[in-house]
Amino acid sequence: MKHMTRKATRHISQNEGLIFEKSSAGKAAWKLPPLDVPEVDTAALLGASERKDLGNLPEVSEIEIIRHFTRLSTWNYAIDLGMYPLGSCTMKYNPRVNEVVARLDGLANAHPYQPEKISQGAMRIMKSLSDCLLEITGMDAITLQPAAGAHGELTGLLMVRAYHESKGSPRKKILIPDSAHGTNPATAAMVGYAVENLKSNAAGMVDAAALEAQMNEDVAALMLTNPNTLGVFEQEIHRIADVMHAKGGLLYMDGANMNALVGKVRPGDFGVDLMHLNLHKTFSTPHGGGGPGSGPVAIKKILEPFLPTPVVITKSDGTMAFEYDRPHSVGRVRAFYGNFGMFIRALAYILANGPDGLRQTTEDAVLNANYIRKGLEGVYDLPYSTPTMHEVVFSDKLQAKKGVKTMDLAKRLIDYGFHPYTTAFPLIVPGALMIEPTESESKEEMDLFIESMKSIAEEVEEDPQMVLDAPHNTRVSRLDEVAAARKPILRWKPSV
Amino acid sequence: MRYLPKSTADREAMLKSIGVRSIDDLFAPIPAEYRLERDLKVPRQMAESEIVDWFRERSRENGDGHATFLGAGAYYHYRPVIIDSLISRGEFLTAYTPYQAEVSQGTLQSIFEFQTMICELTGMEVANASMYDGSTAAAEAVMMAVRLTGRRSVLIARSVHPEYREVLTTYAHHQGLPLKAIAFAENARLDLNALAQSMTPDTACVLIQSPNFFGTIEDVDAIAEIAHKNGAMLVVSIAEAVSLGIVEPPRQADVIAMEAQSFGVPLGFGGPYCGVIATRDQFVRQMPGRLVGQTNDRNGKRGFVLTLATREQHIRREKATSNICTNQALVALMVNIFMTIYGKVGLRELAKQNLAKTAYAAQQFGKHARVLFPGAARFNEFVVETTEDPYAVNSRILGHKIVGGLPLKKFYPELGNASLWCCTEMTTRTAIDTAAGMVAESERSMKSAKEEVEEVAG
Repeated sequence: MKHMTRKATRHISQNEGLIFEKSSAGKAAWKLPPLDVPEVDTAALLGASERKDLGNLPEVSEIEIIRHFTRLSTWNYAIDLGMYPLGSCTMKYNPRVNEVVARLDGLANAHPYQPEKISQGAMRIMKSLSDCLLEITGMDAITLQPAAGAHGELTGLLMVRAYHESKGSPRKKILIPDSAHGTNPATAAMVGYAVENLKSNAAGMVDAAALEAQMNEDVAALMLTNPNTLGVFEQEIHRIADVMHAKGGLLYMDGANMNALVGKVRPGDFGVDLMHLNLHKTFSTPHGGGGPGSGPVAIKKILEPFLPTPVVITKSDGTMAFEYDRPHSVGRVRAFYGNFGMFIRALAYILANGPDGLRQTTEDAVLNANYIRKGLEGVYDLPYSTPTMHEVVFSDKLQAKKGVKTMDLAKRLIDYGFHPYTTAFPLIVPGALMIEPTESESKEEMDLFIESMKSIAEEVEEDPQMVLDAPHNTRVSRLDEVAAARKPILRWKPSV
Repeated sequence: MRYLPKSTADREAMLKSIGVRSIDDLFAPIPAEYRLERDLKVPRQMAESEIVDWFRERSRENGDGHATFLGAGAYYHYRPVIIDSLISRGEFLTAYTPYQAEVSQGTLQSIFEFQTMICELTGMEVANASMYDGSTAAAEAVMMAVRLTGRRSVLIARSVHPEYREVLTTYAHHQGLPLKAIAFAENARLDLNALAQSMTPDTACVLIQSPNFFGTIEDVDAIAEIAHKNGAMLVVSIAEAVSLGIVEPPRQADVIAMEAQSFGVPLGFGGPYCGVIATRDQFVRQMPGRLVGQTNDRNGKRGFVLTLATREQHIRREKATSNICTNQALVALMVNIFMTIYGKVGLRELAKQNLAKTAYAAQQFGKHARVLFPGAARFNEFVVETTEDPYAVNSRILGHKIVGGLPLKKFYPELGNASLWCCTEMTTRTAIDTAAGMVAESERSMKSAKEEVEEVAG
């Protein structure tokens, strides 16, 4: 390395094969208690349905399993190790008390069909979380059922469709800005809507005048991320809402970036009709390597009849119950009630913060993003100078002159001990570097990040090839993704 | 706030370096009329000890310490302790989706192993990294069959989990896909004649569940033959993964949609769980969800990457196979560790214990009440019909801190006083004897009440 980094040092990590390569007959990591009922003749009970062979499942001991997964874990980057500046992904600290309370016996071992009489604790958690989320968003009603953000989008658009159908026609189109997440158009297609793109203006925002020209009675809703994926607050938000409402359309807000707004402004107050939240972003539930998430959908009164079933209600005697008889409901979007374990964690996070903590959290997230923007302005090209909220988007324009692209810069950042930022998104910025520090980073960590990014920019000038070949310090160098897709090997097979 | 790593001096220094006077300046883009100038009305900031106490109280209100005979898509199995030790490692818990392969090899390799074990267990050739749960996996598997066949209508067994059917109805409704339910026969298996008669040239697929909602193992061979003869696909949902230890997997299926909760995932009042879709190699490009593939790095060293992403929303947008993004990675890791612990031998022994407990329980209940649907093999669930309303019987059983079987009236009105009971390796003989004894008592008292009425009438 040309420039030594203060953030990380190479260290030894253990090699580890696939678990199947460690297996041999007779090893075991399990032990069942003695059977307290008579043994059964499986052949007599199951006949032809009896399975004789479980194929190549492994046989290994407990210590081998512990070492196997512990070794694998050390090959991952994680928030617990350092800053994870993935724009749009909101990689914030995952408090450990959340994990403890989610594992309390009465909650972790609760069966979804156990009688309501002995489910009051779980329903109270759902009700308390709902109340908090409604206050935070300024909306009127909510469903916690969707299992992730994209699932929330699906649920939201199903309600949009049901709403318009109740007015006579489902309408045909959903408007989506060109800066939107890929899930937005994919969701619209799943609900049977055509997607119409909305071009952003020079400030990276929705052009309200253009929207007005595009808006008509065929449009069911606009799906708007606010702040948008450039980290920019849609300043004409109220005009946007008015344009939609004037022609009977609805304003859907993708709440992926709600962490920029909590305690400072409420979508329900600026004209949003429905929105989803990502509990695994704004409300600190762990990403876990890609889930589980949770995507509650908060709505205005006009959409309430269409909520998925069941809905938690409080009965006259003060106890809680699930209400299933809702004739206008869009139906169920998932079995049972949603990712309940995530509700516990999100509520624990809200309780740990309180109103002052939630506001401070938002302020720190925005402060951090602006600090990084200031630190890297001039070093990297800033395509939109519009004020930044919780994330900032640079481009690789200056470095591309040397043939170094955003992905190369990101891979080099790994050598400095950081996880890469989000690359090549949003699509409206060619060669985007999308950086979201979240509130969880100290000034020291961000100074290290800024220093690293500056150092990489210098390296691009002095030795671009070295950056193109990065990462240099990882277990594996860049992997051949083209070969992986051309001849997919999607499972291990025993060598013959 | 204890999660925020900044002092007042840090904040001031940062504001100064940015060149603004106060934090409010950074929120200036928000139009003044919408700014919230008050505190949010949420509970005040709590200490960690208060949070733990609050949730302990909720836990106590929530049936802590009850034995259960509930199954119906959510199963109470033992969870070896090393599952939580391992998934609690921050490097798994607090990592993002492994898009950056060089710093995500741990997650990627574990998903590759997961995909492999799911293939081994289901008899399929390829499995994805996870779906939200069994219900949405079934719905997405059906959508996959619709795309693959170019046909529109779907036949769905009434013996599929009622809530799975509701989810499929929701998904299919707005795409205008006609759904038709197929009845079950006397032995609770799918009515093959009804199926054969319902097949049309527009039938994209048949969706069944095996073991089905009543615990009965379907005649998958016969169903596959009818579906395939008519050019339709067979989609099989598996809600009780432990059954795969002793029940032959539906190898004739074209797509399998699983709920893997039984493999080490807590009941957790219904989620998070772990759906999975498995299928044949030839259908992989229409499969939803993430896939991990093996490849090499620049030095020829083995490594793993997310692959075939051209199916996915972040690349294909409205032309993607699904809108799914975040899935259930950490839950899939629990499932993976569970499969590794029990392995080739343990999983069979575990399934055998489930079978034995259930056989014993069905026999005990059968002495006093009617066990419905004889004549077909079942795994760990069975249906008992009582003379008395099952809610009334259950409320007395609950007095013994035992949760009785699921009354089926709500989902199947024609089954009257039947309820669905489930036994796993966690169900003790004592609990079975107690519950069966109370059902016997109920039958006796209903019978003597009936006799009294008849005497009076006579």
